[in-house]
Amino acid sequence: MISVGKTKQYANVLDKLLSRGRQEVSLSAFAFLFSEVVQYNQTQVDNIADLERRLEDAGYAVGARVLELLCHREKGNRRETQLLGILSFIHSTVWKVLFGKVADSLEKGTEHEDEYMISEKELLVNRFISVPKDMGAFNCGAFVAGIVRGVLDNAGFPAVVTAHFVPIEGQQRPRTTILIKFAEELLNSKGIYN
Amino acid sequence: MASTACFVIVSKNDIPIYEAEVGSAPKKEDLAYHHQFILHAALDVVQDLAWTTNAMFLRSVDRFNDLVVSVYVTAGHTRFMLLHDSRSEDGIKSFFQEVHELYIKIFLNPLYLPGSRIASSHFDTKVRALARKYLYIRGIY
Repeated sequence: MISVGKTKQYANVLDKLLSRGRQEVSLSAFAFLFSEVVQYNQTQVDNIADLERRLEDAGYAVGARVLELLCHREKGNRRETQLLGILSFIHSTVWKVLFGKVADSLEKGTEHEDEYMISEKELLVNRFISVPKDMGAFNCGAFVAGIVRGVLDNAGFPAVVTAHFVPIEGQQRPRTTILIKFAEELLNSKGIYN
Repeated sequence: MASTACFVIVSKNDIPIYEAEVGSAPKKEDLAYHHQFILHAALDVVQDLAWTTNAMFLRSVDRFNDLVVSVYVTAGHTRFMLLHDSRSEDGIKSFFQEVHELYIKIFLNPLYLPGSRIASSHFDTKVRALARKYLYIRGIY
């Protein structure tokens, strides 16, 4: 067989540079992909709790990778060993890279020592999603909760992370709060009280 | 002079996901087990040490006879451990940093299950090439 021209070389991904790449991705493309993810998972489960769990697991995989990549790129290879450090890392760096802006607020829970909340007026992933009344309190922000859980868990701060709608008077759409509840063992060791 | 060097990547759950004998000494089966044992024993020390600093390179954390264990911990608590006879620190640090970049590229693959073995032969080739580049003192070979 006579081959004309150059054969295409497929460079192995390990040989390519870990560059910053293009910083932005089309919002419509993401919204479309995310809506397909939600719709696909809806066909696989019977109830809302399972749907939220699946979205969370999808987010967990993203969170794990985001942690490794951003610590390498943004923080010059410094790990986080303090609770407040990792929370502010999520609140600013992770949010900025994923959603283009830092999170609206990071608060410590008043009732329990081990609860923290990241609030956002409107999560990017929820912007084009409307939840029908019969799905109750379902929040696609479970995906973002999964991302946060992935980051915390892999950094060594196991936590249960959930997304909730918080209605605010005067606003038509409720605010979204990501509630982070750290695991028991952290209370004793690494620095909830630091 | 032959050198011993055993490189292992241990995941967050204390499961080795990659190992390679990168020294120039001839391979012997019982030596390999011995190396794994030493590295495994050093894991406890690494666990404690990792929380005391936010640097990734932990230098030498443990000694055994004339062998030294150097460790590098990534953000996701994946440990790169190198068992070696005394060698220049700069070379080891650069070696770890380059392997870290390779590891991130593997990790970013959405089809790679975190904590599973790294099976890519290309990764293996590159790690061995990096070991030859950074871990061998010039003039001895």
